[in-house]
Formats: sequence, structure tokens, C-alpha cells
Amino acid sequence: MDALDRRIVNGLQGGFPICERPYAEAAAELGTDEATLVARLKALKAAGTLSRFGPMYHAERLGGALTLAAMAVPEDDFDRVAEIVNAFPEVAHNYAREHALNMWFVLATETPERIPDVLAAIEAATGHTVYDMPKIEEFFIGLRVEA
Amino acid sequence: MTAQSRHEALDEVDRRIVVATQAGLPLVPRPYHAVAEELGLDPDTVMGRMRRMLATGVIRRIGAVPNHYALGLRANGMSVWDVADEGVAALGRQVGALDFVSHCYHRPRHLPIWPYNLFAMVHGKSRAEVADKVASIADLLGAACRGHDVLYSTRILKKSGLRLVA
Repeated sequence: MDALDRRIVNGLQGGFPICERPYAEAAAELGTDEATLVARLKALKAAGTLSRFGPMYHAERLGGALTLAAMAVPEDDFDRVAEIVNAFPEVAHNYAREHALNMWFVLATETPERIPDVLAAIEAATGHTVYDMPKIEEFFIGLRVEA
Repeated sequence: MTAQSRHEALDEVDRRIVVATQAGLPLVPRPYHAVAEELGLDPDTVMGRMRRMLATGVIRRIGAVPNHYALGLRANGMSVWDVADEGVAALGRQVGALDFVSHCYHRPRHLPIWPYNLFAMVHGKSRAEVADKVASIADLLGAACRGHDVLYSTRILKKSGLRLVA
């Protein structure tokens, strides 16, 4: 990454305009031109520096639901349980973490009513208790990763 | 902002725009026109709908979504805190305002296995850096913190793009 890439990653985490030539408008603010900005964004995506470029939607305001859930899985059963959990299409992310609660996953469903159904199905399929930890209040979702 | 935030009334046209753009905007000079063409809509309709979704918060923001790991932030610790429920909103706003906290939420406890009700995701180049940042959260919370822990991720078991509307 050079200085322009850093300006793009740091400067374009929000506020991208909605107009006919948005890359041209954003490029002018970043001190470059439309073609260069489009090429840089393609390269940053291809390199995996950016996982996405575009609108970030708010799941609950689309009528959908998210929750964070955790399980305490015995080490010798961990791979089997991970395979079962990951096979649910509603499971968007799943992380192993160091704690008695050692498997943490995010569910995303089209409606709030689906969340308890999917959690119950995961409990039934794995034989382990699922602890549901939906957000009660959100304080911040980061905008500020410095490249 | 609570989890019970109202839904915005989205019609079929809005939902088609969400489906077409949730994985990203086309990297072409006229991206909204390209989306309009793909959907058989007028470009002003697409831009007008997206401006409205941005104004109502259905779109949080439009721009680059960086990959923390690719930026060298290879350690991530989910710091979790036990604070009095009465004070969690005020403390959550302070913790969420720290520039190294990427997400901050009030979530329910599950006693006895899980006494924590405030979650703050901390990213850093190393575990030592994450630990330093967690220590500064502990300083900020002071006596309001009755206990805390940091859960480091050891493996990504699954990571698919969040698809909100199919």
C-alpha cells in the first residue's frame, strides 16, 4: 500500500456520494482522478485489504435479525460441533475463542421470529446448550480502521 | 440505538436494490446507473431510493469496508465487562467512543457461566497491543467494573458475507 491507498482506505470508510459519477467526486477529494480511484479500489479488493466497497446495510431496519450466540463445547467434540453449526446457512460467522464458552457465532435471519427456531435447532443437532446474547443496545460500530 | 429499532417500510423495489448492492457497488464510472440497468430501473429511482435508505438509517454508510487482518491487525480480543445494568448505557458510550474499539454492545448475562453485560471488540497488531488497550478500558471503567475478561479468537471456523436479504 502506498500513500494514496492509505488515503483511500482511511478516507472512504463512509460518505461515498450518491450521484452519477461518485468515483470522480470522491477522487477529487482524495487528490486523484476517477480512473485511478476505480483501479485502486479494484486492486485493494483483489488483495483482500478491503472486504467490500459499497453500502453497509442495517439488518434490523431491513426487517431481519442478528444475534450472537455461544456454546461450551468439549475439545474432543469441537470439530463435529463446528461442522454442524457451520452447516446452518443462518450462521454468518463462527469463531473459536479461549474461554469455557469456546465457540461464538453470529446468526442472521430474515425475520426476528426465526432466531429462536434456529438456536433450538442448533441445540437439538449438537446436544449442547446455546447461550443467546442478542444486543440490547449498540454503542458504536466502527468507522475508524487506520491503514 | 436499541435492537427494537423500527423497521423502515421497504417495498419490492427497495429490496431488489438491497440484493443487487449488498455485496458491493460496481467499480465502474457510473455504478448506480449500472445497478439501475441490471434491475431494469431508472437511475434516478435507484439513487433516490438509496438516498432515502441512507437518510433513514437502512444504509448505515457507503464506502470501503477494510479487512482488519489484511491491515496487519491480526489480534482481536473480545473484551467483556461486568458493570451495573443502571450504568451500562453511559459507560458503553464512553467505551464505544475509544478509537480502538470497533464494536461495543450491551448484551445479556447468563449466570453463572457468563456474568458480563458489556462487550467491546478490540483489534491490534499483537495480543500485547490488545492487552494494553484492554487495560486502558479497565482504567476508564475504574471501580464501575466488577470483573472482566478478554476472549481471543484462535480460529475462524466460518466467515461468510452477511447476506441480509435473499
